[in-house]
Amino acid sequence: MTNHWTDIANANLVLVMGGNAAEAHPCGFKWVTEAKAHNKARLIVVDPRFTRTASVADYYAPIRTGTDIAFMGGLINYLLTEDKIQHEYVKNYTDVSFIVKASFGFEDGLFTGYDASKRSYTDKSSWGYEIGEDGFARVDPTLQDPRCVYQLMKQHYSRYTPELASQICGMPQDSMKKIWEEIATCSAPGKTMTILYALGWTQHSIGSQMIRSAAMVQLLLGNVGMPGGGVNALRGHSNIQGLTDLGLLSNLLPGYLTLPGDAEQDYDAYIAKRSPKPLRPGQLSYWQNYGKFHVSLMKAWYGANATAENHWGYDWLPKLDIPGYDILKVFDMMSQGKVNGYVCQGFNPIAALPDKNRVMASLAKLKWLVVMDPLATETSEFWRNVGPYNDVQTANIQTEVIRLPTTCFAEEDGSLVNSGRWLQWHWKGADGPGLARTDVKIMSDLFIRLRKRYQAEGGAWAEPILKLSWPYKVPDDPTPEEIAKEYNGYAVADVTDATGAVIKAGQQLSGFGQLKDDGSTASGCWIFCGSWTEAGNQMARRDNTDPYGMKQNLGWAWAWPMNRRILYNRASSDPAGKPWDPKKRLVWWNGKAWGGTDVPDYKADVPPEAGMNPFIMNAEGVARFFARELMNEGPFPEHYEPFETPIGINPLHPNNKKATSNPAGRVFDSVWDTLGQAKEFPYAATSYRLTEHFHFWTKHCPINAVLQPEQFVEIGEALAKEKGIAAGDRVRVSCKRGHIEAVAVVTKRIRPLQVNNQTVHQIGIPLHWGFTGATRHGYLTNTLVPFLGDGNTQTPESKSFLVNVEKI
Amino acid sequence: MDLNRRQFFKVAAIGLGGSSLAALGMAPAPAFAEQIRHFKLTHTHETRNTCPYCSVGCGLIMYSQGDTAKNVAQNIIHIEGDADHPVNRGTLCPKGAGLLDFIHSPSRLQYPQVRKPGSSEWTRVSWDEALDRIADLMKADRDANFIEKNAQGQTVNRWLSVGFLAASASSNEAGYMTHKVVRSLGMLGFDNQARV
Repeated sequence: MTNHWTDIANANLVLVMGGNAAEAHPCGFKWVTEAKAHNKARLIVVDPRFTRTASVADYYAPIRTGTDIAFMGGLINYLLTEDKIQHEYVKNYTDVSFIVKASFGFEDGLFTGYDASKRSYTDKSSWGYEIGEDGFARVDPTLQDPRCVYQLMKQHYSRYTPELASQICGMPQDSMKKIWEEIATCSAPGKTMTILYALGWTQHSIGSQMIRSAAMVQLLLGNVGMPGGGVNALRGHSNIQGLTDLGLLSNLLPGYLTLPGDAEQDYDAYIAKRSPKPLRPGQLSYWQNYGKFHVSLMKAWYGANATAENHWGYDWLPKLDIPGYDILKVFDMMSQGKVNGYVCQGFNPIAALPDKNRVMASLAKLKWLVVMDPLATETSEFWRNVGPYNDVQTANIQTEVIRLPTTCFAEEDGSLVNSGRWLQWHWKGADGPGLARTDVKIMSDLFIRLRKRYQAEGGAWAEPILKLSWPYKVPDDPTPEEIAKEYNGYAVADVTDATGAVIKAGQQLSGFGQLKDDGSTASGCWIFCGSWTEAGNQMARRDNTDPYGMKQNLGWAWAWPMNRRILYNRASSDPAGKPWDPKKRLVWWNGKAWGGTDVPDYKADVPPEAGMNPFIMNAEGVARFFARELMNEGPFPEHYEPFETPIGINPLHPNNKKATSNPAGRVFDSVWDTLGQAKEFPYAATSYRLTEHFHFWTKHCPINAVLQPEQFVEIGEALAKEKGIAAGDRVRVSCKRGHIEAVAVVTKRIRPLQVNNQTVHQIGIPLHWGFTGATRHGYLTNTLVPFLGDGNTQTPESKSFLVNVEKI
Repeated sequence: MDLNRRQFFKVAAIGLGGSSLAALGMAPAPAFAEQIRHFKLTHTHETRNTCPYCSVGCGLIMYSQGDTAKNVAQNIIHIEGDADHPVNRGTLCPKGAGLLDFIHSPSRLQYPQVRKPGSSEWTRVSWDEALDRIADLMKADRDANFIEKNAQGQTVNRWLSVGFLAASASSNEAGYMTHKVVRSLGMLGFDNQARV
């Protein structure tokens, strides 16, 4: 979330799209209720299903799954043609005036630089700005230059007419216009819309671009950095935010630092490439400090062994030969027998990954599998024959499986990061059952055993294992306090910060502004620096007062970065430093410094007249409508059909097969044959969760298993009538990759849509059942999901695929 | 006992008088007091925690039995929302309200176990056996398949034949240690639940 849960109360309009907060995030959704009750906010819900969120909305409209960019593109077109934008904000705080290279273009669904044989944009050199003789990007503040971002954006979205958007989305034009008109009112300075989304946006082959299109709408309305505004990802798990912040992804290091590629053999060039110089005069371009963050990380990991001479242990980091070994890539390698061993820590891939049968077959090719989990997951028992739910030949599966019991939240101290970036500390209430151990102890003990083996016997590239800093008092069981202090960071030698204050060697740092690139500071995750200072554990703070009545709760827990609750909050004031609206005051210039109801996400002592813009992490200083080379499908979001499309063409590019679905989406060669066509599988399906269950966990809890005991699917009344299916009948839902069987819930909540002059029926498939736990056994829903992903995140398209439905 | 309306008011009035007399110290001998069920949370220990399910991060209070002495095992018997928490203000959703059943789920794993190739059952092993086995398997594979240089002779130091999936609800501290260990081994097939 750019904003956070309680801040939703500041919204004037709430758009829930690509999510169902009332059921999936019920206690967070109360802040929507609060906004409605006390801020006269309106709630609009757009979803393929009439959800419980929709049931309390002021306005609901259905949409065909996977077509949100068409809706947002149409909205962008509407806002630009009707001139319903926050002019001062857009002019000053975004890249609308930047001039794009003459070589950049877009034709029939493809941007310049596409290589069809590689299914990717191999040449992105045209996706950038014209650079002037002064070294800065060229701009035209009048916005008249036909090559400026404003004009290019206007041209790009002029194709998204209400007629075409409606044809793609299956949303009636009058509903669409009604919503657009209401959203447009939030272009008034001080009137804000918040957008709440979840996996309903991320789990598409064009998910990242859907979210970008929403961000563009929010920038046009001047709603980013504003109380009650922003683009808010309601994340699915309790610490998925924290584990991402800590870089537990193939190509990342903690704090959104990135691993080097093979070609980056030169350390200085590695740092320089990630430390962009400002693209406009007077801008901060804060990533210029990359070297400080990186060196401090390597000091935290390698201690005294990381030195200037060995480039802070640069060779100890693995280098990437491809963009990343994400889950889909690793399971593809596994299916080819190229992976021997695998460890699943609190993750149930056979249930969570797409195409269960493919995942099953891949796991069976492993020599060994280690599962660390509090619960008996399906993954740990993938070799067990459970009749139709897991029909395998146990004796033929030669994988050795080692299962380790772990503690759960109640049985350990530590912190989690919620969706609003709050790091909240929690305390242990009891021991785990039996011999269960914490993940920290298991990982530490395993490391100590490995290191002993390398010390005694030597082995391949032992250096990074032998040199890793391990300063914990009990080496095989470090305390959460020791670890939290390490990721916060400490002075290695005496250091003097920008204010002249001296931090003695060994003292905790109070913020990332104190980090150095000379080895005198250590910090395991720079964005968490400030969470455990000399003043103690900031994550454990429990002051819930709200002195300004702005719902920012600065004294409760600690938010990254630097306890700033709303990102880009400098944009809540006009260029002169005055809040756009006194009721929406967040940070402002008091004549000497920035301050206010939130901690400024900005350099606090720079006066407004200096012209430093609010988006300090961007080299431009402003927010980008034009994504440059940073997105893999192009600088502007374009609608592409789901890989399994019920209409077979992209109505925007009916004659270009290459632009039907995401031209840069992640599809392995062996996957094409597993994709179905509408002729055989005519219905658009989408998966989702229920309010009574949490993923594949709560089926292990008797009370939740009683509340929702049996697998079902939702089918609209019209389709049910057509297929002769009555409520309570058992149905078989099949796709090219497999099938599931479940009870049919026949409902008014899903209605047929008119798409591209044909009727499209949608099917809703909740995902909570499996073959372990206290519910009745069910089929893993992801049996039906295609094994392919988004072009940037590689996230699978779990929310849009084709099925057939038959009564059994 | 059947009471008509008039009798009911009579008894109720006497009851009120009786209570007032009792309050002045003229209480009759205790009769059924021993049978009163005491409020079950009175003698419990409170621990603050946060919900492990979705990302709202609701505050929890966990109530456990046991006096928190070193030799006494705590047993959590009740969980409710933390009324001081600015987001959930004491409330919990249908998932969070059932957290006690998660902690005490019959599916909780208790001991390290191994399923041998081709076998249809689990065998209990000790932690030492399990961790030594994993360390041996990892070291053997790493030593056999570690890539120090690529075809161009560039230093790459990566290990691709073993992968690691990290969690979605483990703490930052667990996540940080996991990352520190996994990268020091040179692993790249490393992701967490955020990917899906």
